[in-house]
Amino acid sequence: MKIKTLNTRDLKASLTEGGCGECQTSCQSACKTSCGVANQPCESKAQN
Amino acid sequence: MVHTYSLNGFDITLDVYSGAMHLCDPVSLAAIQLYENGNREQTARQLMAEFPDNPEMTVEAISELLDILDGLKAQGKLYTDDPYSHSRALLRQDPGLVKALCLHVAHACNLACSYCFAGQGHYRGEAALMPFEVGEKALEFLVEHSGNRRNLEVDFFGGEPLLNWEVVKALVAYGRELERKTGKVFRFTLTTNGMLLDDEVTDFCNREIYNVVLSLDGRPHVHDHYRKDRKGRGSYETVVPKFQRFVQRRGGKEYYIRGTYTRKNLDFLKDILHMADLGFDRLSMEPVVTGPDSPDALSKEDLPGLFSQYEELAREMLARDKQGKGFKFYHYMLDLEHGPCIHKRLAGCGSGTEYLAVTPSGDLYPCHQFVGDKDFRLGNLDQGVTRNSLQADFACNTLYAHPACDGCWAKFYCAGGCAANAYHATGAINGTYNFGCELFKKRMECAIMLAAAREE
Repeated sequence: MKIKTLNTRDLKASLTEGGCGECQTSCQSACKTSCGVANQPCESKAQN
Repeated sequence: MVHTYSLNGFDITLDVYSGAMHLCDPVSLAAIQLYENGNREQTARQLMAEFPDNPEMTVEAISELLDILDGLKAQGKLYTDDPYSHSRALLRQDPGLVKALCLHVAHACNLACSYCFAGQGHYRGEAALMPFEVGEKALEFLVEHSGNRRNLEVDFFGGEPLLNWEVVKALVAYGRELERKTGKVFRFTLTTNGMLLDDEVTDFCNREIYNVVLSLDGRPHVHDHYRKDRKGRGSYETVVPKFQRFVQRRGGKEYYIRGTYTRKNLDFLKDILHMADLGFDRLSMEPVVTGPDSPDALSKEDLPGLFSQYEELAREMLARDKQGKGFKFYHYMLDLEHGPCIHKRLAGCGSGTEYLAVTPSGDLYPCHQFVGDKDFRLGNLDQGVTRNSLQADFACNTLYAHPACDGCWAKFYCAGGCAANAYHATGAINGTYNFGCELFKKRMECAIMLAAAREE
């Protein structure tokens, strides 16, 4: 019986460590219609 | 809240509030579904009933499995409750802060695509090109209202921006001058239909433009059905060689070939693969934005077929990865470890606050989709935002202001969705465009599966 936990960003932790606002607005990429923020990479120097 | 699903042989659990993801098998997936109420005895009985012929279904094995689930819950990776609903992150701290502009450098176009959301580029007004002076003011406005944000974004949009190419280049040069004076960093992007694309444009883009979006709908008969010039001539034969030359010279920098699909090509996967086979490896494909009475409009009856297209796209991408001819698809690009923080996911798309659209005459709108609708004009560059209460409405339009999103597992992926789509579908910017939600959730399931498959 398999459960493999993937490495993902801890969203609750990012409540205190995140919020710099430097990431790209989703409509400035290749979409302009469907929104969606999850594919915008984090641009915070601390994160990267 | 957890979301569990099976796709392409993967059994996946998403723990919504933590963002944790678990690759399961049918038994552990069922256990996660059943154990959400925390009742061990009931879960064990139900599992044994669901898998009567499974030799692994012993009392001890089930107990171990439920211990693992208890452990994941204790780690905050399963069955997590909502820690965000009372957070200050829910409200934008500064509604007047702007970090991104969509500059409509041309309300004019050299094509007459029949499905154009912008009324063939005129946005229901007069044809116009943005004077340099208006663009100059726009960049200054952006810097002045950007607070302590360092990364600023300017998208050259239209209509067709290359109709005003000299102004675009001059604005980029002015932006670089502002960078030197202020320490801000401008990220310029450009969308084009490609009709005027040449080596001079390409070389400039390679030096200065972070991302270029090239509009192509796919197969020749699909592309040319809509994307004709004013004499009714299709544009495929003109733009495809230009796009191929552009991409060959792009040198690995960002670009997307972006298409629109409609009711006429519900088999849009064929168009995506056609674009991949033309040599393009960064693709995007969007459902058409149009009114429900349009013959091009998609409807809920189309959803099962569209879902199949998205699923098959994900499978095909995995197959092509193995063959060494993989490609990126915009909506399937997920970085599980370095994706956006919860602030971004709560904040919403930013339209009307941190993201504004500017018309050739300098009027300000919440985004390109609202341009031309006078009810949504926010102000102009000379006076700034004058309709402060309207801006406040957009500033408050964060994820948690969307009642219908409360129980949705995908809410932190879409942040409440497109305000314009919501408004046109429901009359309220915090409504939900349900058709768009269905497509979005399917895309996210595929994107997560793809990310999981690549990890394995």
